[in-house]
Amino acid sequence: MSIDTINNDFADLFEQGKSLLDDKSSKFMNTKREEAFEQFKRLGVPTLANENYKYTNLVPAFDHPYTVDLQYRTVMGDLNELFYCDVPELDTNLVLLSNGWYYNQNRKLDIPEGVIVCSLQEAAEKHSEIFDKHYGKYAKPNEEGIVALNTALAKDGVFIYVPKNVVVEKPIQVINLLRSDRDLMATQRNLVVIEENAQAKLIFCDHTLTHSKYLSNTVSEINVAKNAIFDLYTLQNQHLNATILNSVFIRQEANSNVLSNTLSLYGGMIRNNHYTLFDGEHCENHTYGMYLMDRNQHVDNFTFADHAKPNCVSNEHFKGVMDDEATAAFTGKIHVRRDAQKTEAYQKNNNLLLSDTAVINTKPQLIIDADDVKCSHGATVGQMDDDALFYLRARGINEKEARMMLMFAFAHEIIEKIRIDALKDRIDELVEKRLRGEISKCNTCAIACNQ
Amino acid sequence: MLSIKNLHASINGKEILKGINLEIKPGEVHAIMGPNGAGKSTLASVLAGRELFEVTEGEVIFEQKDLLDLSPEDRAKEGIFLGFQYPIEIPGVSTVNFMKTAVNEHRKYKGLEPLKASDFLKLMRDKKALVEIDSNLTNRSVNEGFSGGEKKKNEIFQMAMLEPKLAVLDETDSGLDIDALRIVANGVNKLKTAENSTIVITHYQRLLDYIVPDVVHVLFDGRIVKTAGKELALELEEKGYDWIKEELVK
Repeated sequence: MSIDTINNDFADLFEQGKSLLDDKSSKFMNTKREEAFEQFKRLGVPTLANENYKYTNLVPAFDHPYTVDLQYRTVMGDLNELFYCDVPELDTNLVLLSNGWYYNQNRKLDIPEGVIVCSLQEAAEKHSEIFDKHYGKYAKPNEEGIVALNTALAKDGVFIYVPKNVVVEKPIQVINLLRSDRDLMATQRNLVVIEENAQAKLIFCDHTLTHSKYLSNTVSEINVAKNAIFDLYTLQNQHLNATILNSVFIRQEANSNVLSNTLSLYGGMIRNNHYTLFDGEHCENHTYGMYLMDRNQHVDNFTFADHAKPNCVSNEHFKGVMDDEATAAFTGKIHVRRDAQKTEAYQKNNNLLLSDTAVINTKPQLIIDADDVKCSHGATVGQMDDDALFYLRARGINEKEARMMLMFAFAHEIIEKIRIDALKDRIDELVEKRLRGEISKCNTCAIACNQ
Repeated sequence: MLSIKNLHASINGKEILKGINLEIKPGEVHAIMGPNGAGKSTLASVLAGRELFEVTEGEVIFEQKDLLDLSPEDRAKEGIFLGFQYPIEIPGVSTVNFMKTAVNEHRKYKGLEPLKASDFLKLMRDKKALVEIDSNLTNRSVNEGFSGGEKKKNEIFQMAMLEPKLAVLDETDSGLDIDALRIVANGVNKLKTAENSTIVITHYQRLLDYIVPDVVHVLFDGRIVKTAGKELALELEEKGYDWIKEELVK
């Protein structure tokens, strides 16, 4: 199928499914939907001709007759029974999504008064004041075809609201379970609003529970108000037949502090778009990411730190270990706008290639319009350090184990930035397994990862 | 214990060792001295199995085994320890994990069970005390951000943990102030038994005030050109290496 056919099919889907799309969605959402659809008609699914998608060809991933659910599909059985997260000591507020839809039998959460965790659909109706203030304000459907497509098809996802001065101690863990007997395209739309001086930690996990082919297109909008502190951990561990498109748009207000860490452990094709807008002074942002790819897996991290206001600090570090014929791309875009004086923006991308056939394309892209800033970027692509390897072997550690230790150490620099200990331990464990060539299965996900 | 016969080794086609002969018996301390570029560190690396160097001729027998047939890790487990001139920093690998893996690999080689966590920690504590190394060093990543002296102390600590039969200490004194030198030398002396042997490679005599050798060799241009008792070190200190060169010319 040509890209035009794919785009036209989406247009048909939109036109024909319009009443289902609009059904149960708020008027505001549907207005945004209309606008986004117009944008999608203009942009379409990005192709290699798009500079930002130069190394990631989405066309084959889209070129497939997926089922698209325009209405909540009743889940057979109890998801809480079917899936439980088995991370020892990871005590979280667990929220399950089914193919991107908020599961209608989620258990009651242990959250402070005033905090809202519910479905996007429900939030659009019941909390329209908050919803309408933020929904569609940070994502860029006018620039990203897949974001436009998400907004046009968005029906559900998770909504999280933390009111002013409230600290949510227990991390909120949102697990999206891809579970379908038919090949499926899932559209998930999340909105997270962290008010002034509030604090929260959010973990997004994705799991594939059946062998079907998946295309998951997720957009999350996150607003972090003044003095708020927010952590976002994204754990990607899907089977080889899954394409994950994950676009995150974060807006930071003055003095806010955001840490995000995107851990891509397994997956057929992964594209992460990570936008941060510094829309107030004295913000601090740490954007980390790690990818472990082998076979013919592909991961593409596109990041954009938009320094619109002065005196903010952004620190970005992505690391990858690549084996076999795996391919990866990294783009680190930093824009320091004219008035954003005293900006500090740092960026690093380090890659360890274990085979001659693995490929990484890494590209820093700095646009600096202010004159009093500190910016740096660095990218490395290397093999295993022979001196370090010999040092370990000279102490009696066999070569295979020594390599393992060095790879693990390489990855650990990103893992140790996780500010939830139990999660950090689990990721360490998964990464170690992964590097040893075992399947780093997360509990019940095993059935579908193991192919 | 160790018998080196006519050992030749080269790197990138350039011959560095040009026929080394050396015999070391259990319990002996040998010092190998010599000017820069003589091949001292190459000899240490070749004994430890660094693949960068190609052995072109000769043999090395260690405890009745052909050492040159063994991988670096197997040489270590047979009981050879190389104290590095420039210990490598390995960010992200904790010293504890590093040593635990190494100790248990050695145990496995001898057919022993891995140490229990509590026994391992006790062993660490004992050896730390023996070589006077600070816990704040062993709690960090291997050598990361260590000063020159701290790195050398860490080498001796690792040696204490692994209890080698033959320790090859490559310029262990370089970069050490007098206090660090004394601590490092004390560590080596405390680990000394009637069974194990030591090769001390050094440029200066200073270290040999603390680690007293039984035999001193002078390595020059890839060959051992002079062998004598510990008094040779003093003579070298006093007169430098030039007189040896002159003697060779004669």
